[in-house]
Amino acid sequence: MTTSRPAIVLCLAAVAGLALYPLFASDFGVDLTTKILIYAILALSLELLVGQTGLVCFGQAAFFGIAAYATVRFSPEYAAAAVWWLLPAAVAAAALFALLMGALSLRTRGVYFIMVTLAFSQMAYYVIHDTPVGGGTDGIYLNVLPSVPIGPTQLLDLGDPLQFYYVALGAVVACFGLLALVLRSRFGRALAGMRANEQRMRATGFPTYPYQLAAFVLSGAIAGVAGFLFAVKDGFVNPELLSWHLSGAALVMIILGGLGHLRGAVLGAFALSLLEELFQSRELVGGFADHWHLGLGASIIACVAFLPRGLIGLPQMLRARPGGDSR
Amino acid sequence: MSAGEILLAGRGIRRVWGGLVALDEVSIEVRRGEVHALIGTNGAGKSTLVNILAGEIPPTAGRVELLGRDVGAWSQPRRARAGLARSYQRTTIFPEFSVLENCRLCAQAKHPRPWAFWSAAARCETSLDAARRAAVRVGLGDDLHRKAGLLSHGGRRQLEIGMCLATRPRVLLLDEPLAGMGAEETERMLALIEELRPDHGILLVEHDMDAVFRIADRITVMVNGQVIASDLPGAIRNDPDVQAAYLGEPA
Repeated sequence: MTTSRPAIVLCLAAVAGLALYPLFASDFGVDLTTKILIYAILALSLELLVGQTGLVCFGQAAFFGIAAYATVRFSPEYAAAAVWWLLPAAVAAAALFALLMGALSLRTRGVYFIMVTLAFSQMAYYVIHDTPVGGGTDGIYLNVLPSVPIGPTQLLDLGDPLQFYYVALGAVVACFGLLALVLRSRFGRALAGMRANEQRMRATGFPTYPYQLAAFVLSGAIAGVAGFLFAVKDGFVNPELLSWHLSGAALVMIILGGLGHLRGAVLGAFALSLLEELFQSRELVGGFADHWHLGLGASIIACVAFLPRGLIGLPQMLRARPGGDSR
Repeated sequence: MSAGEILLAGRGIRRVWGGLVALDEVSIEVRRGEVHALIGTNGAGKSTLVNILAGEIPPTAGRVELLGRDVGAWSQPRRARAGLARSYQRTTIFPEFSVLENCRLCAQAKHPRPWAFWSAAARCETSLDAARRAAVRVGLGDDLHRKAGLLSHGGRRQLEIGMCLATRPRVLLLDEPLAGMGAEETERMLALIEELRPDHGILLVEHDMDAVFRIADRITVMVNGQVIASDLPGAIRNDPDVQAAYLGEPA
């Protein structure tokens, strides 16, 4: 898989645009975009599994939520935890759960795999929801935000929305970069081969199970980064972070954006979140905002029906349209 | 390594599906420098045998030996890495990848290095070199950058063998490589098998009798899960049991 030059230029332009965005945006805009950036990391983590490895996981929210809860639970009650250990700890918690979930669910394929991953994430959801570990339905607060110490000084104040925005943007770029690197490596090509033809890969000498399990753990870890950021952003976690709704939303994001491309995952996270905002906004859609699910659902159906390759395939479709500006 | 050395052997292989005995005490040997053809009517158990030898399904009883070692407990990928390559009755390639990438990915199985996430797969000269040579050897040297799915049927079958060669195998299990091929493509494939014979042990499952009798050094005939004859082509041609069971009534 090679990425074309225009695509790289567009990606860089998008990052530059996002970096400049807070100069013009309202507080609300910065807050919303921070949230979307965190969802973009979640979508990227799922794209690794679904789009690149061919494993449709319907439990991505479990990794996200477990890392978010770990962030709160691991933090001391009256002191700031240093991100240098808190982030790895939260990510490790998510990765560990991914290891467990992957080890068992990878024994199944297809629709069974989808159901088993859903079952695992629901198990995690109910453990958090119904036991003292998670503090019940109401969730728990992160009393003191983690610190970012460099020697005696603080590098960043994560409580500052603007600084946190850039942290989230940097995390998206880092996760995107890491995944792009992984996908062009031998490991990534082997995953692509397994998505295309698992039988041939086994006949060629690739043990598919450890490869897929490694992809699963990496995906869980990256979703864990998103979960950590989410917990720090809101300073609050509740069981809905592990709900299947979020797992489903992450799937919709990558499908909407275009499966098979990392860019698609980020694009999809923006598209879904902005559509949701649009249909919930009273200023724009008036009383219809009460029925925002309807508008959101209809527009997703329209997108999937008319853009089978996702938003990422839109330019190509317009070019290829009969009577259009074809080359 | 001497010619004639036994590279792959199945001994006393039995496979039962529920109440059906698909393979009953089947033994077969594949020697270096030899094309061993496996023929038999549909449902005789040829593909089951190939799948058991390759490690895709376990036998109910019996031993599989690869390069003199008992590999019964080895998974298919492990057997593949030890030098056992196979093609499938239905072409099994990566249609979306280029011809070169198909071969490169297979060559990569020998240098997997999955932890080296920072180094680009496409820059591994060892694998690329093996891939190019395999593609050229099967006659696809001019199509390296063509999408594999766009090749002709014969081209795709050649590619599948090229993908096998990219793993530098010792033994090739070819499951009906001539199926659906035109006369010209058949000739090219037979020439390729001929060329591969000296360095490999080849088990050839094939329905095209003309081709089998032209190329095989040894022929094993299966009927209803049993080997009814295993001999040189001349002897097989004159074997009355074989004629009755498989080639039709004697003239």
